[in-house]
Amino acid sequence: MIEDNPAIQLTHDVLDAERVTSLVKNDTNGAVVTFLGTTRNHFQGRRVVTLEYEAFEEMAVKKLEDIRQEIRAEFSIEDIAIAHRIGTVPIGEVSLVVAVASPHRVEAFQACQKAVDRLKETVPIWKKEVFEDGSRWVACEDHEFEVPGGVPASAPED
Amino acid sequence: MELKVRFFALYRERAGKNLVSLDLPDKSTVADLTAEVRRRYPNLAPPEVSIVVAVNADYAEPETMLRPGDDVCLIPPVSGG
Repeated sequence: MIEDNPAIQLTHDVLDAERVTSLVKNDTNGAVVTFLGTTRNHFQGRRVVTLEYEAFEEMAVKKLEDIRQEIRAEFSIEDIAIAHRIGTVPIGEVSLVVAVASPHRVEAFQACQKAVDRLKETVPIWKKEVFEDGSRWVACEDHEFEVPGGVPASAPED
Repeated sequence: MELKVRFFALYRERAGKNLVSLDLPDKSTVADLTAEVRRRYPNLAPPEVSIVVAVNADYAEPETMLRPGDDVCLIPPVSGG
């Protein structure tokens, strides 16, 4: 774990959704929504064998805490916790847990969705899909970018 | 002034390194820095893709002025989750 704040976790370890949920769950809640982001085994017909996550850790933790505070301010919820796994994540495992507790379910669902959307837009974490015969950084759609006479941008590394 | 610039993910792979030292004139801006980065690493990003920069772990605007000792990081399109 990179930060002391237990409600934000960036870790190389397997995520425990029960534990993240227990951080926000309280007897005053009427609803707890826990979102699990899991690793998918295909992209446009190609088989993904594993995923690699990389983070700019200091900034990612800061941005996750910003999101947590924004969501708490924007929605009538009681608490929110976010855990993101980094490093190699095998197919079918959990890469993201977002748990939201609220007196009522509507706010919990909405806040959880907004938190995930915002995370995908602003937090400096990158996902690489590794195929049997190559790889791609997700969201970087210029993979074939190449300067004439230069080294191909998509040249495989050793 | 000399600035240390960190590269992550796609940019790290394309540049072939995760840290470079750049010598820029005093009062250079983030836009000056990305222009210099593009000169050194023409394969980093297509001209139509703007290179996002974080200064001291926060997103910076192109006109942000850089200071000696700033922690500068290049941020490729993010894809967490």
